[in-house]
Amino acid sequence: MSHISIRDVSLVYDTPAGRVTGVQGASFDIEQSEFLCLLGPSGCGKSTLLNIIAGFLAPSSGEISIAGKPVTGRGMDRGVVFQDFAQLFPWRTALGNVAFGLEMKGVPRAEREKIALEQLRLVKLEKFAYAYPHHLSGGMQQRVAIARALAYNPSVLLMDEPFAALDALTREDMQRLLSEVWRTTRKTVIYVTHNVAEAVYLADRVVVMTPHPGTVKVHVAIRLARPRDPLSVEFLEHQKELLRHLGT
Amino acid sequence: MSATTERARSLRRAAMSLLLAAAIYEALARSGLFPAALLPTLPAVGRALVDGILDGSLPAHAVSTLYRVLFGMSLAVVVGLPLGILMGRFRPVEGFFLPLASALMPIPSLAWVPVFILWFGLGNATAIGIVFYAALFPMLLNAWSGVRAVNPLWLRAAGAMGADERALFWKVIVPGAFPFLVTGLRQAFLRAWIAVVGAEMLAASDWGLGWVIFDAKEFLRADVMLASLAVIGLIGFLFERLVFGTLERATVQRWGMVRVERG
Repeated sequence: MSHISIRDVSLVYDTPAGRVTGVQGASFDIEQSEFLCLLGPSGCGKSTLLNIIAGFLAPSSGEISIAGKPVTGRGMDRGVVFQDFAQLFPWRTALGNVAFGLEMKGVPRAEREKIALEQLRLVKLEKFAYAYPHHLSGGMQQRVAIARALAYNPSVLLMDEPFAALDALTREDMQRLLSEVWRTTRKTVIYVTHNVAEAVYLADRVVVMTPHPGTVKVHVAIRLARPRDPLSVEFLEHQKELLRHLGT
Repeated sequence: MSATTERARSLRRAAMSLLLAAAIYEALARSGLFPAALLPTLPAVGRALVDGILDGSLPAHAVSTLYRVLFGMSLAVVVGLPLGILMGRFRPVEGFFLPLASALMPIPSLAWVPVFILWFGLGNATAIGIVFYAALFPMLLNAWSGVRAVNPLWLRAAGAMGADERALFWKVIVPGAFPFLVTGLRQAFLRAWIAVVGAEMLAASDWGLGWVIFDAKEFLRADVMLASLAVIGLIGFLFERLVFGTLERATVQRWGMVRVERG
């Protein structure tokens, strides 16, 4: 059985300009420990779909289930990483941020700090455990956000363009790091991006979405060995294929 | 630059501003343009100040004024802080209390003094009531604005990590609104401090720095009035710098939610 099943999910909402279809009839499955990228231009509904999976938005129709359980709202089986660096709590240290989910679960202080420190080590930030977010660079803040989303051990990691606001060099480092983290933790990941190279670098499978209305156009499997070489011929072939599907 | 040299520099700047203002005053007082009884020199004011401190009267007056301020302000915080937060969080609470606050807020607290005297008589109850009234609205409005200014992403992230309404309140909304809450406390104290002096002039019998000024008028003791004013200013300054400055440095400045102050 697949880990996450998305069945005919649509979201229609009313705006002052009339009814808008954000997502229309999205259906696909995601396997346990699969790294899936939702790729598409802005406005194609990929973030909306992620927010529905996260439980922040309720779909107008359709169903989502995770490990056989229907999604009816937020849940601790999912960790979420947003694009905005401001997602961290400025009044908590890196460690305090990472420990938040465990605190909500009622894990005692000593134990949650030990786990949080392990998570920070996973994203190579254990030296900055006691730094406040405003003393960390954008890339470091996003690494804390990843550690925070993983700390309470959800089975699914949902990521909404987490590296889009970073400079190109940092973004490449972060992609390498995320790839390692994923191989270590074996989480099921749904990763939203509009960056074709990023999708080819990270994903087992790319779901291409097209806008107006937001629909799933095609699935593209990426069967390249990791770590992937962005300059290899196969890598570039995959990029070309995705660009073709995006119609550019 | 280290924090201590920055601190020393800021103290020096503050001292410079005050010294310059004092020098201008002293020059005016000694110019002979005004009668000495109306515009006493700084040494004369200083003597009145030292006399008042030595005979124990000024400290006693200051203590009774501080008592009224801290009592009234505590009441204002106890009422205004939770109410403001609830207004920011829940629409019906906002819908009920906001018009009320908007209607009461523009009324100067001193305009209530005669009414309060009628209700509570002369003395502490009236002064504390006035302080409460003056401090309530800055606290309320800042708490209300602070909650509305909390980044929705923090709420969303906390929700995703399993925070319930109670945890959201204590662990996200309150710290997230902290820059506003500190400003609210500051403004509440300032308003309270201003209001208490006025209330004491009209409603206090025998005690309080405001009463000292009003009483000294009867004896044409400008030096005593100015000495009392100096104490009022000094206590306000100390609270502003030490209490609220320290609170801000320990919290919102350390968290990078507001920039470090200069001067």
